[in-house]
Amino acid sequence: MIKPALSDEILLSIDKPARYIGNEVNMVKKDPQKAAIRFAMCFPDVYEIGMSHLGIQILYDMFNRQEDIYCERVYSPWMDLDQVMREQHIPLFALESQEPVKDFDFLGITIQYEMCYTNILQILDLSQIPLMACDRTIEHPFVIGGGPCTYNPEPLADFFDLFYIGEGETVYFRLMDLYKEWKCSKSTDRQAFLRMAAHVPGIYVPSLYEVCYQEDGTLASFEPKEEQIPRTVEKQVVMEVSNTYYPTRPVVPFLKVTQDRVVLEIQRGCIRGCRFCQAGMLYRPTRERDVEVLKNYAYEMLKSTGHEEISLSSLSSSDYSSLKELVTFLIEEFKGKGVNISLPSLRIDAFSLDVMSKVQDVKKSSLTFAPEAGSQRLRNVINKGLTEEVILKGAQEAFKGGWNKVKLYFMLGLPTETEEDMKGIAHLSEQVAEVYYDTVPKSERHGKCQITASSSFFVPKPFTPFQWASMNTAEQFLTKAHMVNDEFKAQLNRKSLKYNWHDAQTTILEGVLARGDRRVGAVILNAYHRGCIYDAWSEYFDYDKWLAAFAEEGVDMDFYTTRERELDELLPWDFINIGVTKAFLKKEWQKAKREEITANCRQSCSGCGALIYEGGVCIENQN
Amino acid sequence: MKIRIKFERNGVMKFVGHLDIMRYFQKAIRRADFDIAYSEGYSPHQIMSFAAPLGVGITSSGEYLDIQVHSTRSSLESVERLNQVSVDGILVKSYRKLEDSAPNAMSIVAAADYEVRFRIPPSFADWQEKLLAFYRQPSILITKKTKKSEREIDLKPLILALDLKDSQVNMRLSTGSVDNIKPELVMEAFYHSLGLTLPEFCLLIHRQELYARTDDSSSCDGSNAEKTVFTALEDLGEEIE
Repeated sequence: MIKPALSDEILLSIDKPARYIGNEVNMVKKDPQKAAIRFAMCFPDVYEIGMSHLGIQILYDMFNRQEDIYCERVYSPWMDLDQVMREQHIPLFALESQEPVKDFDFLGITIQYEMCYTNILQILDLSQIPLMACDRTIEHPFVIGGGPCTYNPEPLADFFDLFYIGEGETVYFRLMDLYKEWKCSKSTDRQAFLRMAAHVPGIYVPSLYEVCYQEDGTLASFEPKEEQIPRTVEKQVVMEVSNTYYPTRPVVPFLKVTQDRVVLEIQRGCIRGCRFCQAGMLYRPTRERDVEVLKNYAYEMLKSTGHEEISLSSLSSSDYSSLKELVTFLIEEFKGKGVNISLPSLRIDAFSLDVMSKVQDVKKSSLTFAPEAGSQRLRNVINKGLTEEVILKGAQEAFKGGWNKVKLYFMLGLPTETEEDMKGIAHLSEQVAEVYYDTVPKSERHGKCQITASSSFFVPKPFTPFQWASMNTAEQFLTKAHMVNDEFKAQLNRKSLKYNWHDAQTTILEGVLARGDRRVGAVILNAYHRGCIYDAWSEYFDYDKWLAAFAEEGVDMDFYTTRERELDELLPWDFINIGVTKAFLKKEWQKAKREEITANCRQSCSGCGALIYEGGVCIENQN
Repeated sequence: MKIRIKFERNGVMKFVGHLDIMRYFQKAIRRADFDIAYSEGYSPHQIMSFAAPLGVGITSSGEYLDIQVHSTRSSLESVERLNQVSVDGILVKSYRKLEDSAPNAMSIVAAADYEVRFRIPPSFADWQEKLLAFYRQPSILITKKTKKSEREIDLKPLILALDLKDSQVNMRLSTGSVDNIKPELVMEAFYHSLGLTLPEFCLLIHRQELYARTDDSSSCDGSNAEKTVFTALEDLGEEIE
C-alpha cells in the first residue's frame, strides 16, 4: 500500500480525509519510475465535484491504457487542508502515487466554469509551480488547460503553457509523442517543445502570440510571433463516438460524490441551436453513440463499479434517436436488480411520463421545463422552440398522471427583453397552476400544486450568436428579479407559486471572465493574492475583493459586460475555429433581433459550418 | 438466508468513515455479484447491517456486517470473490451462515478487544505501573459529557480486562448499544487521574475483535455461578461448504 503524502495527524484533523488518500476501487496503479510520462490530471474544485466529472474519467482511462504514461488525479484541497499545506510547505500531490505534482511532466487542468479560475492559481501555488508560465523552468511540469472555458482561454493565457482546444480523444497522444522526443533530446529549452506543440492541431501556446490593442481598448491585432506558427487553432472533435475511448472501469470514490452513479454519455452536441447556449455551438455537429454500444457499457460499468444507479448524459437527451429503446432496456434489464434509473430532463410527452412513473415516485418527483423566457416573442429571439401550448399540454398530462410539482427555468437579461417578457415569467407560471386546478378535481388533489420558477441571469458567451450582446449590470438584474417577484405576488394562485433567482454578483464576474481578454489575467492574479478562492462556493465568494482587484489593476468591468460589440470587432477568441462560422453567428444575431427562428439540424441544415467535419447529424439520411 | 461477514480495515482505509465503509460494501457486494436481498420501494436498498461503527483513524482486524441473501456460494468462494473486487486495506476474513432466527450483529455485540500503542510515548516515568494501578482501583469515576447533559459514570465495570504487553495496552471494553466505551476514554481518564491531559493524536488504536456475550450457565464444577463467556461474532456462524 502507498504511504499517504499527509501524516496521520493532518489527516485526522481535517474534514473528510478520504478526499486525499486515493486507493479507490479501479484506481490505476503503476510504477511511477517506469513511466516515460507522468501526467497529473486536475479538476480545480473539491474532490466530490471533480470526481463527478465524466471528461476526466475518460482521459484518465485513455492515458492509462498507454503503458508508458501514468495519469494520476489531483483536486483542490478544501480550505482546511489548504491552510495546513501553506503553513507546513507541503507540496500538492497526486492521489495515486501521493507524490508531488511539481515532479510530473504535465499538469493538465480541466476548466469547466469561470468561477474556478482562482482555484487554478491555488493548484499551481500549492504545487509550488510558478503562477506565471513565463517564470517556469525546465524543473517544472508543462501546464496544459482543456475544457469548455478554453474556447476563450485569454484571461488565463498568462498561467498556462499550452491549451488543448476541443475533445481530448483526438491528438493527445501526438502531443505526448512530441514530448517524449523533446525529453529524449535532453533539451533544456521549454520553448522548443512548445513551438513543436503549437503545430499540433488544437494546441494553442499563448506565449507564441502577440496581442495589440486599440485606443478604445478593443483588440487591434492578434498575431503569431513567428511566421511558422498557425494563425488559427482548430477545435478537435471525435467523429467516431461509438468507437473511441470510454471508461468502462471508472474510479469509484469512497465518499458520496455529486455524481455517484454510472454515467452513459449518449451523444455529443445538440441539434437545437438556442442562441444563448455555448455548448450547443461548440460541440457541433451532434453525434450519437450506437445504442448497442451503450447497452454493453451499461452492463460492464455496473459490474465494474457496483454502483446502484445509472444515468444518461447529453445535451437535449430527448433528441437522441434511440432514447426509447435505451431507456426501456435499462428499466427492463436493471430495475429488478436494485439499480435506480436516473433520467435526464426530458421533453414532457406520453413516453417520458410513462418512463418517469416507472422509475420515480410520482408524489415526490417534479417535472422540469426550461422555457428560458417568459414570452413567445422572446423565445423566438433566443430560438428556444418550446411553446406555451406545449408546456401547458405537458403539464396537463403530468397532472393527470399524478404529479403536482413543476419546475420552470428562465433567464433574465436576454437581448431585446421588455417588461412584458419579464412579467410573462409570472404569467406562464400562473397558467401552469391554473391548468392544475382545472385538470385535477378537488377530491383528487393532495394539497396545492407547487410551481417553482427560477431565473438565472443571462451571460453572453463566446461562440454564440449573442457574443456581441450587452450584458446587464448587477443592479439591472436585481431590479428585474424584484419586478418579476412582485408580478408573482399579484397572481391569483400566488400561494402555489414560488420564485427565486441567482446571485447577480457572481453572474457579473462570470460575464467578465467569459468574454475577457489577456488583460483580465492580472485581475485574477490580484484577486487570488487578496484571498479569493472557491468563488463558485457562495460561502467563500467575496465580491468586494474582486472589485478591489479590478480597481487596482485599472480594468473596467463594464468594458467586458455591458458594452455591445461591433460586428466587425476583433474578438479575443476569434483565432479559434470551431467549425461554426462567424458569418453564421452574425446571421443568427441579426435573425434574433428580427425575432426569427432557425430550424433545428434535423429539420433542415442552416449552414452553420460544422459540415466541414463530415459527420454526425450533418450527414444523417445522406448516403 | 442470513450471512455474517468479517473483515479487516487497515492502512489508509482507516481514514474512510463508517458511512462510507457501508457504501463501500454495498458496491463491493454488487461487484462480487452476490444474490443479496433488497428492500421494497422506489429506491430499494440492500438488507445489510454493521455490528459496531469504528471511528476514523482506527484500524481493525475484526469488523462485521450481516447481510440477507437469496442464495449463496460456498464460504471459501464468497470470501475470494469479495477480496478480488476489494481495495488495499479491506480484507474479508470469513463469510458464514447464521441461523434464520439469529439476531443481527448490531444487537448482540457486547465487547471489543483493543490494542493501544502510543505514537508518542508518555513523558512521565513508569507509565506502565501507573496504568495498572489506575486499573486496579475499585472504581473509576469519570464525567461523561454528551450533547445534552453531563453524567458521572464508573468506568471500572465497563473495562472488562486490561493488561500490558511491552509498551502495548490490551483492553477488552464494553461495546454496543447499552454501555459503549472507547479506548480513548479510558486513556483520557488515566491521564486525568494523574492531573494530565492526553495529547491529541498520541494513540494508535487497533480493534482486534468483536464479541457477543454467550453466558454459560451449565456449571461443570457444581456451583451455580454463571460464567461470563464472550464469543467472537464470527463463531456464531457456520462455514458453507
